[in-house]
Amino acid sequence: MSKPTDGPQAPGRSRRTVLQAALGATAGSGALTGFPTLWAQNIKDIVIQHAGPPVTAIGLIADQATKDLGFTVRMQASENADLLNRFLSQSSAIDVADVSLPFLKYLVGRNVLQAMPRAKLSNYDKSIPLFTKGRYPDGRVASPQGIAPFGVLYAADAEGKSFVNGESEWLHGIPAVTNADTLGIRPDLTGRPVTSWADLLDPVFKGRAALQDQPTIGTIDVAMAVEARGGVTYGNKGNMTRAEIDRTMAIMMEVKRSGQFRSFWTTFDQSVNLMASGEVVIQSMWSPAVSAVRTRGIACTFQPLKEGYRGWGYVLSMMKHLTGLKRDCAIEYANWYGSGFQGAVIARQGYYSAQPENVKKFLTPAEWDYWYDGKPAAEQLPDPFGKPAIKPGEVRDGGSFDTRMGNVAVWNSVMDEDRYLTRKWNEFITS
Amino acid sequence: MDAGQDAVSIAPRSRGRRRWRLSAQAVSWLQVSPLAIILITFFALPTLIFLVVSFYDYDRVGIYPDFLLDNYREILTSPATLRVYLSSLQFAFIVWAITLFLGFNIAYFLVFHVRSRMMRTVLFLACAIPFWTSGIIRTIAWIPFLGRNGAFNQMLQGVHLIDRPLDFLLFSPFAVCVTYIHLFTLLMIGPIANSLAKIDPALLEAARDAGASRWRTMVDIVIPLSKTGIALGSILVFTQVMGDFFVVKAMSGGQSASIVSQLATEIQAMQYPPAAASAMILVLFVAIMVGGMMRVVDVRKELVR
Repeated sequence: MSKPTDGPQAPGRSRRTVLQAALGATAGSGALTGFPTLWAQNIKDIVIQHAGPPVTAIGLIADQATKDLGFTVRMQASENADLLNRFLSQSSAIDVADVSLPFLKYLVGRNVLQAMPRAKLSNYDKSIPLFTKGRYPDGRVASPQGIAPFGVLYAADAEGKSFVNGESEWLHGIPAVTNADTLGIRPDLTGRPVTSWADLLDPVFKGRAALQDQPTIGTIDVAMAVEARGGVTYGNKGNMTRAEIDRTMAIMMEVKRSGQFRSFWTTFDQSVNLMASGEVVIQSMWSPAVSAVRTRGIACTFQPLKEGYRGWGYVLSMMKHLTGLKRDCAIEYANWYGSGFQGAVIARQGYYSAQPENVKKFLTPAEWDYWYDGKPAAEQLPDPFGKPAIKPGEVRDGGSFDTRMGNVAVWNSVMDEDRYLTRKWNEFITS
Repeated sequence: MDAGQDAVSIAPRSRGRRRWRLSAQAVSWLQVSPLAIILITFFALPTLIFLVVSFYDYDRVGIYPDFLLDNYREILTSPATLRVYLSSLQFAFIVWAITLFLGFNIAYFLVFHVRSRMMRTVLFLACAIPFWTSGIIRTIAWIPFLGRNGAFNQMLQGVHLIDRPLDFLLFSPFAVCVTYIHLFTLLMIGPIANSLAKIDPALLEAARDAGASRWRTMVDIVIPLSKTGIALGSILVFTQVMGDFFVVKAMSGGQSASIVSQLATEIQAMQYPPAAASAMILVLFVAIMVGGMMRVVDVRKELVR
């Protein structure tokens, strides 16, 4: 009876036991280590505030962490710009956060984050080489276009005030979540197979294409299409020069004037409704939005394209103000975060953990085969909240983890010329 | 010696009563102070901050005190600014004309044609009840109605008026205008009905007795006497359209931008100084336009009538 019977909780429980054992040891040696003997009681009162976007800051992850770790974890979810604003203006109200890779460009050197010691991060070695070494799962050197994880992961020192070329002993955050985005299509309405980003601009889909109304992502998606169409190449689609921005915008305005775009969406719901209502048959999309369209019984594919994916990722970072016991708890939480439970929750909405092998223990074999191995679902599979989501026999678009993450052409980004890009984007939208 | 006597010794009864009688001027100040405090803290101060920030320098994450005209220069030289102001003015004009026509007629009907007081209240409520739900909901509700496979297109196809869906109904300037008119007509009805109700029915009878046609009565009596309401309604509708963010974005499908949606893109990109500069230009522009309307009709004089 004393043994937990349900698999997924076991590692968490054992971790707690380890922590408590450690606490016991410290308590025993009392004054020697400098820790007060009340440590074990103190950690009960510790609250770690975890901020992130709604897709990753999920309450049931915090609940499980609180159960496993012995201190309290609270989730605060806010949308992108709000989240960045909170990091910059009230970072002391947050302890740890899911920081998207482009946000690191905003936050590092701004006295918001502190670097995490690589040696204390138990899941560092389990993290995928795409983050830690800049290599695809099969060992090839990964595309550095956009804000690629390898380029921003490592900090120069404990202060974490700057990025460093190559590896170091300090990380701006522990690799946490990643995925590869592509275009969503309505296979029943496109009338022909879609295989290339160039199809986004194909006049066949005139009046039935849409883009995300976000300067950087919208422009990168069009750049993927322009490059795929041939004739134009970019040095770095995720960090264009002014000349490249001008050239891309000229093409975008021409395409817009021809009536190619039905809409520019801002919110998740808008993208779902555009697709579900058939207003749009090809558009930039997020993978949970594709699932949302499908749950309405409407055919929607997150279409793999031959030029590759637009990748994105999050790291779990620690805020500057953390010290002492709370900092230790934050690191403990970061280690728990990569240990599998969290990865299993987000796997069920189609996101990848940066530590896949840890996640395997928390997924059923059928779930692992479907979400990570690209095999047909052996049985009905649930979403993160236990509602049935995947029917038996369904296959994940784009195949296995290695195929998808091995084909990231460009990463979500913030460009050096973002000020110029925003102005040009406004001109594009009003044109 | 108790406290009461103490007070008396300091302020004799007769003078004490007078001490609490404030001068007329002080009373006026007290009367305006609640509104003044609200306007100063929630309007004047923020506007002042925008004004200051609009001259600041900025980069990806911070704003830096400075006195630069670059933000204004970039806005005033960008072709996007002219386009967005022209398109907003165009929307404002179309919506103003249609809501004025609708609003005036509905108000006229409610005030002069509906005899029973009860009926009038019921009809006013019928106009107002939709406004108990949020504008966002009333905006979004148009999307399934106007969409390519929406209710309206299906209806038209059902009665064989068209054989392929009309695309211009949604995500178009048309959709934006329809939504604005739906949202803002009440803003016209209210003030106009209010001024119409103040018109002495005896005036209309006198006009009729003097042999004026319905049209002459309308042009020479009703319209001049309701111009306060018309002006107030126009100001409300105009400022709403110029300051709109959501309707244009949702109903044009992001195809056209409003002044504020452009500003919002800047805020999302953490570029506060140019957003502040856009806001200042918008405030100035709307103030000038409203000032112009106020010159045509002296709303203050008319309101105390």
